[in-house]
Amino acid sequence: MANTGNNDAFVAFERVQKSYDGETLVVKDLNLSLPKGEFLTMLGPSGSGKTTCLMMLAGFETATHGEIKLDGISINNIPPHKRGIGMVFQNYALFPHMTIAENLSFPLEVRKIGKSDREAKVKRALEMVEMGAFGGRRPAQLSGGQQQRVALARALVFEPELVLMDEPLGALDKQLREKMQFEITHLAHELGITTVYVTHDQTEALTMSDRVAVFNDGRIQQLAPPDELYESPQNSFVAQFIGENNTLAGTVQEIKDGLALVKLDNGDVIDATPVNVEKAGDRTLISIRPERVEFNRDRLSPDAHTLKAEVAEFIYMGDIFRTRLKVAGRDDFIIKTRNAPDQRRLKPGEMIEIGWLAEDCRALDAT
Amino acid sequence: MSDTTHTGPVLAADGTPLKRSLRRALRAQKLRALALIAPLLIFVLLTFIAPIADMLFRSVENQIVGRTLPMTVEELRDWDGEGTPADSVYRALYFDLFLAAEGKEHTKLGSRLNYEESGISSMFRTTGRDVDNIGKVYQKAIEKVNPAFGEGAFWYDMMSGGQGAEGNETLLSNQIGRLEGLESKTFKGDIGFVPGAEIYKILPNATRAYTAFAAFTVFMDEDVVAEEDPWEAVYPALLLDLREPATMAALAGYQGPGAQELRDLAAQADTLPPVDLKAALVESNEDWLRTEYWEVIKTYSPPYTTGYFLNAIDMEKTTDGIALRADDERIYGILFKRTMFMSMVITFSCIALGYPVAWIMSNLPARSANLLMILVLLPFWTSLLVRTSAWKIMLQQQGVINDVLVWLGLVADESRLVMINNQFGTIVAMTHILLPFMILPMYSVMQTIPQTYLRAAKSLGANNWTAFWRVYFPQSVPGIGAGSILVFILAIGYYITPEIVGGTTGTFISNRIAYHISTSLNWGLGAALGSILLAVVMVLYYAYDKIVGIDNVKLG
Repeated sequence: MANTGNNDAFVAFERVQKSYDGETLVVKDLNLSLPKGEFLTMLGPSGSGKTTCLMMLAGFETATHGEIKLDGISINNIPPHKRGIGMVFQNYALFPHMTIAENLSFPLEVRKIGKSDREAKVKRALEMVEMGAFGGRRPAQLSGGQQQRVALARALVFEPELVLMDEPLGALDKQLREKMQFEITHLAHELGITTVYVTHDQTEALTMSDRVAVFNDGRIQQLAPPDELYESPQNSFVAQFIGENNTLAGTVQEIKDGLALVKLDNGDVIDATPVNVEKAGDRTLISIRPERVEFNRDRLSPDAHTLKAEVAEFIYMGDIFRTRLKVAGRDDFIIKTRNAPDQRRLKPGEMIEIGWLAEDCRALDAT
Repeated sequence: MSDTTHTGPVLAADGTPLKRSLRRALRAQKLRALALIAPLLIFVLLTFIAPIADMLFRSVENQIVGRTLPMTVEELRDWDGEGTPADSVYRALYFDLFLAAEGKEHTKLGSRLNYEESGISSMFRTTGRDVDNIGKVYQKAIEKVNPAFGEGAFWYDMMSGGQGAEGNETLLSNQIGRLEGLESKTFKGDIGFVPGAEIYKILPNATRAYTAFAAFTVFMDEDVVAEEDPWEAVYPALLLDLREPATMAALAGYQGPGAQELRDLAAQADTLPPVDLKAALVESNEDWLRTEYWEVIKTYSPPYTTGYFLNAIDMEKTTDGIALRADDERIYGILFKRTMFMSMVITFSCIALGYPVAWIMSNLPARSANLLMILVLLPFWTSLLVRTSAWKIMLQQQGVINDVLVWLGLVADESRLVMINNQFGTIVAMTHILLPFMILPMYSVMQTIPQTYLRAAKSLGANNWTAFWRVYFPQSVPGIGAGSILVFILAIGYYITPEIVGGTTGTFISNRIAYHISTSLNWGLGAALGSILLAVVMVLYYAYDKIVGIDNVKLG
């Protein structure tokens, strides 16, 4: 996960620490590098240090310790306006007293680009985000989605190689957000821009990114492509933060052939893939995705361990069924099944047996 | 909304028009709202709108001349402004002045006209004292011929034309109206006397003078007309009438009371002293011969005048029209210019000093911002007078600042800086006093400008200055605008501070207005100056609205 010292790195954080008050660290020993053209998302709950990292990269916060490099050059002491990094802010930060065209023209003017050149670039950038007809309007006359597009165009108009986005879609409604997610990724890849994107929305992170860095408590918990992150979480924080997840607490009984036998707290035994448990006797949280739980005995291997479960609630959700079960002394165990013609609809009170493939169940740290 | 097939008014469920039922539904709400604002509305009307209206009225009002000297004004209309007016003017003046002197109103007119030409006041005062004596000469001569003319009852009978005679109500109400104008009061009720119609035709002057006397006796002295001896003015009036050639003939056929006495008196008229009221007035005060005084009276005889306003802009009315005053008499133009200039300097100093403070306050965390806010508001906790006096102590030649400068050796002891009782002192003290009015609106506007704009500008490549100037500053302009309007308008009408620290070169137009209101008592001129000030403020406000737009002013 720590790929420091990578010479191909376009952006690199090297042992970066940040403290605001001199007592607690908001960012603890951050090492991160990304190659040119990558779309990296920093994902985490609020207060996890992701926005601070972005602000340090943009130059609005100074690193307390460590080095931030851009294209191999340390930028710790370069003021923000000389870094040439495009940035999209949470509330767009379009200048209200300027028209859309003037907003876009601003970064070009401060770079002393000639008038005709400027106009051509502004026009191109606006057309790129399908806002060509809105150059004469003021930001207040645009809808949220349109403002978002303009903010994006403004961050791109001076052709930066690195663009930072700080929860840019937070203020949009769900449908628009999904549309913009697609457009942003599309644009970023088309233009070959390196993008660092900050969000607390895991769906956004999964759908948009080449790689996702999951932040918690000032550290990167896992840095991986979306599928790996979802399917192979490295610790229980990531497992619980990304997607829906069932956890059961237990103790490792034995680890053998890459398979761990876990004894749950109520005495049942279950199979799991050991991830960060080392030896028998370790406390563990096992993690299993709701859609990987099987209650049809025929589909499980004959020697698989199963658990007894009582159906507590059945929720019809259209494309899927969501069933809440009472398992091993807990009543928040969720399973999801696809709404297929032959799919059984479970009834509350029904007693079933559930099980899973060992590779779908991960034995993680107990914290 | 009505559907398209329905053409009439929209109806409510019970069939009444929707508009009416809506009005009824909202009426209680409106009445309650009105009741809530009523106290303030009444207060504002009484203490703000009404005084302003009164001020505007006073600045053009000039009814005192026409009301005090109505006949004179009438007669003077034909005067061409050359030499002295005709004898008839002096005659009218005598009777006007007599009534005014009885009511002690002539001195007010004197002071009013004295604003325009000094010396007139004393002329009115001395002659006002003499009018009785002038009449007394004729009274004595007439009483010598027939003592009956000295008796009140005789006069009463003669002038009313006897029991059941036809009365001249018009003359009566005219004379009462004249008294009302003179005293600025309304008089109601029967005075127990009506001048006879016939006698008025024969003796117009005497009847008019007696009717005036009758009205004055009842309303001012609160006596009974028939029991009082007439005042001196009726005697010259009677003599004037008797000297008219037509009077003899008219008297011949007259049958009313006192007809015989009048005929006898008329027969001896030639033995009585000639009625030369001009000579009498001139003897009382030679100034009645001065053309320029008469010009002033004529110029200011209409009930409304632009004279105050002309005075307020250093011009004057002459018989040749409107002209600029002599160089050494012009003061208001200079004062207006100085007031505007100093108010602008004060406004700009407030912007320069206040902007950084407002900026810091809006960028600090709430706790520290509140502390700073208390410091900004601190001056409001001390009296204006105390603050101004404090500046006097600070800035005077033996004051704190000069002492420090001398101690530091920056200024020689014998050449201490003059920083008070001049423009500098006024500007310093007023900037200090008005600063909070600039900071507060600027702060409240700046508070609403998110820091992300500056960050956005920097991320787009703008350096600190460009980011500030192109992005932050334009958004803070509404605050500057609001503060400037507030400070400028407050400054332009400021009074106490310039009065205390302004000396002669640092005073404002408002100090002059105060002088006219409380010292010279020329309220008309004070009102005109005030009206001009009000107009200037409104013009500036309009200009500001046109240039910056009043929508762009935010107080919070």
